[in-house]
Amino acid sequence: MTVISVLLILSCLLLLGSSRLHVAIRVVAAQGLLLGVLPIVRSAENLHVAILILGLSTIVSKGILLPWLMNTCLRLSGIRREIEPFVGFGPSLLCGTALLGLAVWIAVRLQLPQVPLILLTSSFFAILVGLFLMVTRRKAITQSLAYLVMENGVYGVGISMSLDFPFLVELGILLDVFVGVFLMGNLLFHLDREFEHLDADKLTELSDLSEPAPAGEERV
Amino acid sequence: MKIMPWALPLAAWILAPLMLGIINRVKAFFAGRRGPSVWQLYYDLFKLLRKASVYSRSTSPVIRVGPAVVLACMILATLLLPWGGLAAPTTFTGDIILLAYLLGLARFATVLAALDTGSSFEGMGASREVQFAALAEPSFFLGMLVLVLHFGFSGLSNMVAGISLETWQTSGVLLILVACSWFVLLLAENCRIPVDDPNTHLELTMIHEVMVLDYGGPDLAYVLYAASLKMWIFAALVVNLLVPMRSLAPWLQAPVFLAGIVLVMVLVGIVESIVARLRLQQVPKILIGSALLSLIALIVRLVG
Repeated sequence: MTVISVLLILSCLLLLGSSRLHVAIRVVAAQGLLLGVLPIVRSAENLHVAILILGLSTIVSKGILLPWLMNTCLRLSGIRREIEPFVGFGPSLLCGTALLGLAVWIAVRLQLPQVPLILLTSSFFAILVGLFLMVTRRKAITQSLAYLVMENGVYGVGISMSLDFPFLVELGILLDVFVGVFLMGNLLFHLDREFEHLDADKLTELSDLSEPAPAGEERV
Repeated sequence: MKIMPWALPLAAWILAPLMLGIINRVKAFFAGRRGPSVWQLYYDLFKLLRKASVYSRSTSPVIRVGPAVVLACMILATLLLPWGGLAAPTTFTGDIILLAYLLGLARFATVLAALDTGSSFEGMGASREVQFAALAEPSFFLGMLVLVLHFGFSGLSNMVAGISLETWQTSGVLLILVACSWFVLLLAENCRIPVDDPNTHLELTMIHEVMVLDYGGPDLAYVLYAASLKMWIFAALVVNLLVPMRSLAPWLQAPVFLAGIVLVMVLVGIVESIVARLRLQQVPKILIGSALLSLIALIVRLVG
């Protein structure tokens, strides 16, 4: 379990530091696989069918289906990398250190006995990194990836809290996320077709006026 | 005085230049060349030692002292390194900090000597060296902190002697994380490829080589030899972490240790052959990454 937690933290750091989008998608897919294995490892002694199904469905949805969807999106839009995020990749990593500290603080502060602290820490870290990426990256694809990372964190927290978490609820959440990302993918595709870019930052400039405001001019 | 502990520093003093030869051989193999002999650095050292040093008239004695200080620091540092169950010739509480600061002093001497030449080119190299050193230090000390927390603050030899197969079963993650972090540190500190290219001389991205441009003769020999000792020191640290040598038979420890160092060198050669050198702005990123690996190890140690 420690190994999975460490890999989870490392994958989040990789996301903070890499600019290539297909790498980011692969990393998120790997996270999905890790999280799928997690409940199975966690209850290795009394493994029952429900947990096995939960693990397998996580692997299929988060490790295979969603990354495939994002990849399709990426291919259709023809973007390769995140250029000029609001916070650069080096500073992002530094912020990652701070977030890691914050995650440790939260996990220790919660004082939950019987919860593996390292797993709790890494899950909180995933949530924080997801939030951070969502705020600091420009491309809509990265932002939806960040949403997935955050959801992975939430899932991790759920698993670390208790394994008897109603398994139907967990499956329901998976379905929700799937639909959410499906919609996002659709949206991205249409965005890309309409505006020929996926820069979410530029959405603020949408208007019916035919001429875009010249660069440098202050908008009222 | 016991003789055995001195075997390790002796091995380091004799074999260190050979290790750089091995790296070059691996690189040549990947490039499809035959490459220089593995003994090349020894020939170079002997050639340089027979020459006389030339000093520019604009320099002060600082540049004459620099190489000697660097070499002395490295030789002292090798005295602190244990191998497996065999303690180093000198070991005392907190020798780790002495090790770190011997390396720091060597760097300081190099940088001062580089600044002393008054060449803007060397000044630039010195500035970069110091900048990257500042980023590399946390990863060394965080890794050390993890080891100290795990094995107690009682000298490097005792720490390394604490690493056994049982340690691997209970906390292998820690060791792997710190070793990975220190391997990146090894590449950065020894100016290997993702950070700096040891082969280039007149290029704008280079760091370490630019600082030793003004040396010739015995001084250059000192600097080259000290560089190979530094490589040995870092490789020895990584090998000590990764190989649970206490669990081996005593007569096996030395050969396994040497094999481990050769393996690290081969790994460095492979990394240098398949990885492109990073742009200068990217270097802090991998150094921060290396520090983060150690930090994660620390967190695992504290909360895991």
